[in-house]
Amino acid sequence: MSEDYPLAEKHPDRLRTPTGRPFTEITLDAVVSGDLTMEDLRITGEALEWQARIAEAEGRPQLAENLRRAAELTRVPDERILAIYEALRPGRSDKEALERLAAELERDYGAFRCARLVRDAAG
Amino acid sequence: MAVGPRQSAGFSSRRFAARARRPVNLDACAEEWPEAGLAVFSSPYDPRPSLRLEGDRVVEMDGKPASDFDLLDRFIARYALDLAVAPEAMRLEPVAIARRIVDPATPRRQVIRLVAGLTPARLVEVVNCLNVVEMMMALQKMRARCTPSNQAHVTNRKENPALLAADAAEAAERGFAELETTVGVARYAPLNAMAVLIGSQTGRGAALTQCAVEEALGLRLAMLGLTTYAETLSVYGTERAFRDGDDTPWSKAFLAAAYASRGIKVRFTSGSGAEALMGHAEGKSMLYLEARCLMAVKGAGSQGVQNGSISCIALPEALPGGVRGVLAENLMAALLDLEVAAGNDAMASHSEIRKTAKLMLQFLPGADFIFSGYSSMPREDNLFGGGNFDAEDLDDYGILQRDMQVDGGLRPVREAEVLAVRRRAARAVQAVFDELGLPPITDEEVECAVTARSSADMPDRNVVADLAAAEEFLRRGRNSLDVIRALARRGFGDIAGKLLSVQKLRVSGDYLQTSAILRPDGSVLSAINDPNDYAGPGTGYRLSPQRAREIREVPQAVDPRRIGMTAPSEPVLVETGEAGARDDPGEVVIAVGPAFGRVLGTTLTGLTHRDVLRALLAGIEEEGMRARLVRVRDTSDCGWIGWKGACLSGSGVAVGLQSKGTTVIHRRDLAPLNNLELFPQAPNLTLESYRAIGRNAARYAKGQAVLPVPVTIDNFARLKWIVAATVFHRRETDEIVPGAPPVEVRLL
Repeated sequence: MSEDYPLAEKHPDRLRTPTGRPFTEITLDAVVSGDLTMEDLRITGEALEWQARIAEAEGRPQLAENLRRAAELTRVPDERILAIYEALRPGRSDKEALERLAAELERDYGAFRCARLVRDAAG
Repeated sequence: MAVGPRQSAGFSSRRFAARARRPVNLDACAEEWPEAGLAVFSSPYDPRPSLRLEGDRVVEMDGKPASDFDLLDRFIARYALDLAVAPEAMRLEPVAIARRIVDPATPRRQVIRLVAGLTPARLVEVVNCLNVVEMMMALQKMRARCTPSNQAHVTNRKENPALLAADAAEAAERGFAELETTVGVARYAPLNAMAVLIGSQTGRGAALTQCAVEEALGLRLAMLGLTTYAETLSVYGTERAFRDGDDTPWSKAFLAAAYASRGIKVRFTSGSGAEALMGHAEGKSMLYLEARCLMAVKGAGSQGVQNGSISCIALPEALPGGVRGVLAENLMAALLDLEVAAGNDAMASHSEIRKTAKLMLQFLPGADFIFSGYSSMPREDNLFGGGNFDAEDLDDYGILQRDMQVDGGLRPVREAEVLAVRRRAARAVQAVFDELGLPPITDEEVECAVTARSSADMPDRNVVADLAAAEEFLRRGRNSLDVIRALARRGFGDIAGKLLSVQKLRVSGDYLQTSAILRPDGSVLSAINDPNDYAGPGTGYRLSPQRAREIREVPQAVDPRRIGMTAPSEPVLVETGEAGARDDPGEVVIAVGPAFGRVLGTTLTGLTHRDVLRALLAGIEEEGMRARLVRVRDTSDCGWIGWKGACLSGSGVAVGLQSKGTTVIHRRDLAPLNNLELFPQAPNLTLESYRAIGRNAARYAKGQAVLPVPVTIDNFARLKWIVAATVFHRRETDEIVPGAPPVEVRLL
């Protein structure tokens, strides 16, 4: 696993942006020509899963779990992420509200690990 | 009783009074009060370590049944503890674990596995078995990344973007792997973040950058690519302190995942003393609360943490064991396999001795980041409250690296190199402001930023216009690609290219792994491809020959081969034949060393040998005596030169004079290394002193009672002149002709 690392050096051909563009096509020319957007400068769930497996193989299960939650959140828009974070802060939400968020995470984004975290936060 | 610095008043002893005024006595210093959380290592209210499992459920931890768990207990039991290894780890004696931590023969990975099964109270018990030297050995072995590195703070009081960019560029050039900025006025955040981002990629380095602001804003800046990592995800060791910090362990865990989902590196922040300062220590020791913080950090899945008391450092420093406690914090984080940014960021003492001694505990063993914020600008510009070390300590820091042959993460730089990167960064940010329609940065601002000591040297900007522009910038979602395009359009393609490389990290996610930094070429170095493999002497991090040379070659080092090239252009003395003893009682001999007036033409401080001789002659003549000049050729030792001269002298008195200027008044009946008067510190001698020495020699020759020549003593002369003295003396010694008799000389 760790022999694949760093992915950008060892496997640039196998990395893609969320828009499906190959990693190797992220070039200055593409930026200047306006061909690339911020959407291209984001990690995919697949790359996060790869990094999670590397972390796991190195004996870091919690970091791996974090990266897998992150893989789920790649499907969640920025504004929803900020809203869910806000809802998790102290005194913002009751148990039912958190349950609704957990259900949304599962239903709309297939984010089961994150949903579990949100439910666990509700106690 | 008044609380505060001890006053010099009230002491009868003048020495006590003098000490009371020393900087260390301006620091707060207090005894423990555990009930208020004012105890570093242990409190009578700390729980006794325990762990009971039923199946895969924790039913009791550190003396508390699961039904009484607070949020942190629940989170730690659920996410941090490795229940598979816990029974084995908790059965071991704490001291047995402590020994394995220090023992080079026990691999790091085995220690990590065991510690994962310890409860917070037991973890504290384990590190409490170690003294500071053992903790340093442990940190050397246990830190995640093999290569140590360093982080800088980059801020200024005027929030001037040109100065921010220039300071960021210089910091990266000096080798800082991470740059942290923050804001005085929160709305400046996007512009400050952008200026530091541009500067970070201008020079030789490829530093990661962050902007310490409120959590939600911090996440937004990162999503826009204006920062490349986040650090200030603060956690606390009690539930009430956590709530006051407006988070729970779960919200922090979600936030960590949110950052990672956008491919952005994060580390959490904790540190002893925070709970006590917030009034929520619940009578627990700082270290126990920190152990809870760190296990929450690990449970949340953060790759690392910034700790070491951080902004609260003055509080543990006021208490017994505070500095040891801070090292223990760092070590606990490393034992939990977290990247450690080890503090040393806030001012820890008024005393330069004390602040440096504290630093050594992280500097010598090395840490993932020795500082989590070395103030790269002068203290008054540090919006984090001042750094324990700042811009004006950089030469000291370089010398410390050189003294100890320790990699403190920085490289010595020369002024021309610094000015060049500062100018380029300031121009780059000027161009980007122009391209993006932000309030202009003038050429004057750029030039001021290149040479400024602090923001006091910068012209004022229109704050209202800047703030309005910053808000608009954020509202329109301006991002790193806008910056890259602007740079490329304006002829800063190299910076644009490096900036894009950093942005690509968020696609590969390589720097999400533990303890990641960038090499100057932009490639990632982390605990995965640079794991700490310390296993005793000859293993772990060692300076490469190139790095050792870099640390050695500080700009202030002179080439000793070029010292003392002071041979006179014209002859000073002419030799007139072998010198014999005379019996004229009116004669005082001046005996000079073998190189005098030949290979060397001046003393250490640059007095010409001709002038020195004239002064001596004048002094002797003033007393009505005659001087005879001889050169001693078979020794370079001042005492011997003087004694040999005295043996030739009709009066039996001679002045012995080394080329570097060291002088003795000697008399033939004394032992060679005894003397009438010795002037061992040539740098303190003036022509007037030499004249007085001549007078005194003449008076001794006349048999008068003589008041020794008063000389000023400079305790530091040796520190300044020791190399030059060594080289001068070597040049003189090289001129010795063994067995050669003294010769008479005449001053030309």
